[in-house]
Amino acid sequence: MIIEPLIAICIIIGLVFSALGIFGLIRFPDVYTRLHAETKATTFGSIFIGLAVILYALFRWDDAGEGISLAAHVLIGIIILMVTNATGSHAIARAAYKSGQKPDPSVTDALADVEP
Amino acid sequence: MILLFPEPFEICVLVLAVLILVALYRLVAGPTSPDRVVALDAINTLVVGIMFALGVIFRENIFVDVAILYAVLSFIGTIYYAWYIGGRYT
Amino acid sequence: MIAFLVTTVFIFILYLILTAGSGTLGLWSYEELGAGIVLSLLVGAVSSRFFCKERSVRMANPVRILRLLIYVLILFPLEMARANLDVAYRVITGRIRPGIIRIHPELQTDLGILMLANSITLTPGTLTVAADEKTGDLFIHLINIPEGLEKKEIVKTSDLFSFFDLPAWIRRIAE
Repeated sequence: MIIEPLIAICIIIGLVFSALGIFGLIRFPDVYTRLHAETKATTFGSIFIGLAVILYALFRWDDAGEGISLAAHVLIGIIILMVTNATGSHAIARAAYKSGQKPDPSVTDALADVEP
Repeated sequence: MILLFPEPFEICVLVLAVLILVALYRLVAGPTSPDRVVALDAINTLVVGIMFALGVIFRENIFVDVAILYAVLSFIGTIYYAWYIGGRYT
Repeated sequence: MIAFLVTTVFIFILYLILTAGSGTLGLWSYEELGAGIVLSLLVGAVSSRFFCKERSVRMANPVRILRLLIYVLILFPLEMARANLDVAYRVITGRIRPGIIRIHPELQTDLGILMLANSITLTPGTLTVAADEKTGDLFIHLINIPEGLEKKEIVKTSDLFSFFDLPAWIRRIAE
């Protein structure tokens, strides 16, 4: 009985953080701050949707063995999502800086001394 | 408290699809090419979330396998776009 | 040779997890096992020089594996949740103070720098922009620099995280 509200809470957290990531993507002023909102919030949201699927597969699946298999697959998917999103956003930030975009509203820029 | 499962997962897929449409605005309008790549990355992450939920709705493990492959391939795509924009790592 | 074996066994275990429940031989069928062995030999031959680039057996120590599990399962998710709440606050209110700072993490190994860069990207309101390979310094974009931190030439890494000293943990895991 406690599983259904737990799954619903996980789905709601996932949707709220995904929505915040997308609104940050629309709202923030330059590419680096957009990357902040997008990488962190949508990854967190997708992880919580995956957690909801894991809970459902472990406790509410008809065939128990198949449910455990599905949960393991989703767990591997979540780990891959975390590693690849972090590395990919690093690559995009580096490429944006190399292509000549400076952080537009910015307090300090330590990289400008090293890479003009 | 009785919830009719798996309807919450269908609502989840619907909301994520709307969010993808919102992110398409940045993909089309974004002033520079790094902005477009960021929007594409966000869409890829949301698609992976949608595939997780679709695996529950259709009761098929294969959706989650496809989601894993999609995550890896979208990562490779992002790395190639980064090479294209900023030059290769030396 | 050791690198090839480690990579092949790792890929084969991953393959076994992904195809569990397919047949009668234990949990697997003969076809899946044969295809898995052939594929993991092929992939191990191609990718062993990337996967085991550093020729050391430091990560085979069980204490380090245990610390890695504690780090991934307990410390890192807490920091990540705090960083996400922070970003949610910034998205809603729009109060940002962005900038790029330079940190000196004092990590020597490739694995340590990789773990710190990926952790920083997902946790403390920051994002790794570039890595200086000679000195091991990282350049980090913060969405909200605390007052006074931008005056310093090189920032200490423990100033970035709020709950735990994650760089010290990474040093204990990977060095």
